[in-house]
Amino acid sequence: MSKIAKAFDHGKAFIAFITCGDPDLETTAACVRAAAENGADLIELGIPFSDPAAEGPVIQAASLRALTGGVTTDRVFGLVRELRKDVTIPMVFMTYANVVFSYGADRFIRTCAETGIDGLILPDVPYEEKEEFLEACHRYDVNLISLVAPTSRQRIAMIAREAEGFIYIVSSLGVTGTRSEITTDLDSIVREIRSSTEIPCAVGFGISTPEQGKRMADLSDGAIVGSAIMKIIAREGRNAAPAVGAYVRSMTEALR
Amino acid sequence: MRNPKGRFGIHGGQYIPETLMNAVIELEEAYNHYREDPAFQGELTTLLNEYAGRPSRLYFAEKMTRELGGAKIYLKREDLNHTGAHKINNVLGQALLAKRMGKTRLIAETGAGQHGVATATAAALMDMECVIFMGEEDTRRQALNVYRMRLLGAKVVPVTTGTATLKDAVNECMREWTSRIDDTHYCLGSVMGPHPFPTIVRDFQAVISREIRDQLKEKEGRLPDVVMACVGGGSNAMGSFYHFIQEPSVRLIGCEAAGRGVDTMETAATVNVGKVGIFHGMKSYFCQDEFGQIAPVYSISAGLDYPGVGPEHAWLHDIGRAEYVPVTDEEAVDAFEYLARTEGIIPAIESAHAIAFARKLAPEMGRDQIMVVTVSGRGDKDCAAIARYRGEDLYE
Repeated sequence: MSKIAKAFDHGKAFIAFITCGDPDLETTAACVRAAAENGADLIELGIPFSDPAAEGPVIQAASLRALTGGVTTDRVFGLVRELRKDVTIPMVFMTYANVVFSYGADRFIRTCAETGIDGLILPDVPYEEKEEFLEACHRYDVNLISLVAPTSRQRIAMIAREAEGFIYIVSSLGVTGTRSEITTDLDSIVREIRSSTEIPCAVGFGISTPEQGKRMADLSDGAIVGSAIMKIIAREGRNAAPAVGAYVRSMTEALR
Repeated sequence: MRNPKGRFGIHGGQYIPETLMNAVIELEEAYNHYREDPAFQGELTTLLNEYAGRPSRLYFAEKMTRELGGAKIYLKREDLNHTGAHKINNVLGQALLAKRMGKTRLIAETGAGQHGVATATAAALMDMECVIFMGEEDTRRQALNVYRMRLLGAKVVPVTTGTATLKDAVNECMREWTSRIDDTHYCLGSVMGPHPFPTIVRDFQAVISREIRDQLKEKEGRLPDVVMACVGGGSNAMGSFYHFIQEPSVRLIGCEAAGRGVDTMETAATVNVGKVGIFHGMKSYFCQDEFGQIAPVYSISAGLDYPGVGPEHAWLHDIGRAEYVPVTDEEAVDAFEYLARTEGIIPAIESAHAIAFARKLAPEMGRDQIMVVTVSGRGDKDCAAIARYRGEDLYE
């Protein structure tokens, strides 16, 4: 069974996204620990990319700060090794195809497995192109997470049947970032997913408040929050961990 | 099985967010339908001829030929098209296709502004809404084109993210398209991006090589020995090469923007200095660092200032069918001035990269040989920038 399934073992899952290296890797480590201690069920570690085409302004800015600060793929793997001394909840990477491809897909995914990364989310790799990375993912038992979007329609069943770990439901059109309202008919998307697979699904893009988180998790198996956390880190800088912890606490309490 | 769609060797593909997948699938289906539709093709041909001024001239550059003392040089005058560049060929095709698909809004990226102007023009003609994304740095370099786009009724959005140039404008266009798909067509300006764009844009630009072939047959009764064009994303080059790819006797040469030189960091000569990567929806060559971060590139030419190259060019390079040579800013500026003085033609600074290499190659070729150089656009937009490059205090 996928290690990621553990995140969905005890009710609705809260998934926290954190861009690695904003403002530095020590802060990232402290924020991941704060999130884990306050009930986060899964951590998405973002490896910054120079041109994050799926991201809104908050994560774009976080990525830029991280890269300017000198973060590299190797340093992110170092961070994971350090975190795995005490963080036991599942962790996945979210990054872009070229970060993995340029490292060498086999070498990248092998290093994921060695350091304790359980899955990989690549927003610019759709179903049609996943073979490129899937072979190595299977070789090293790292789940390649599939995304389903509001525009997926007839593609949902095809994607869900081959999905592993969990399914990332993109709540709305557009890029990542907080939204005041999510209007997509997520109910029918979740129904379609559930008729094709047993694996859990969580909703991300646009979620920031405990009320939104609860509503999205009620519709599915969990909620994913990125930009709202990165906003806190942008505001609090190197002392962000306590505020991130308090925010995660408010979300996990709302979800359960 | 790996996705066979839109592959050129290992290059190409569809590396885009799931949100856009149905949009590119619908586009592919519509294109496959209309490319065979006589009514669509007839309407496009009428527009190209009556509105854009095709066929463009294949001009024998007699003075240039005499001065360089080698191959006979013909210039394919895409600069004479309406809106002043080859971009209109692709834009009229895509706008017509978008209209048939029921879209009412066009979005596009632009570097030098030529593709933005062409898209704004087609949108005005076809009563469509138009939004152009342009790097803020480029809006300064090409202020006149920004005004032209506004005059044509388009909204111009300056992009401030990243390096504020062409690649960032493409990023912003992708983001905009994921947020508004139903009524919007992304009118991509070069032979790049996810499938089916590299194929669609190539097919709409292939009119260039079809005409060269026919025109040269009439004038000289034979095929050219060399066809060359400048390469950023590579649409005018792909259009110039396409109908000669199956003719092994025709040497195909793409001229890349080397900026301050391929041995410096300030270059945009992707095939010469890049390595294989995945970006902007495609696998191809990209300028990037060892961890796959896309490198900031540089060229005096805003239209060639792009860190990637179309996947079909990457493949033509891999199989050795086309050559890709670097041309520096200095060589391009020299060629810009040279063509103005010698033939009375002011080329776009992009096209001047091809002229620059023609000046090197023509003297090495025999007088019985024929070279065709595509002048992809006119240079009015570049005059102020070149004057400043030469130290004159000229502002638009």
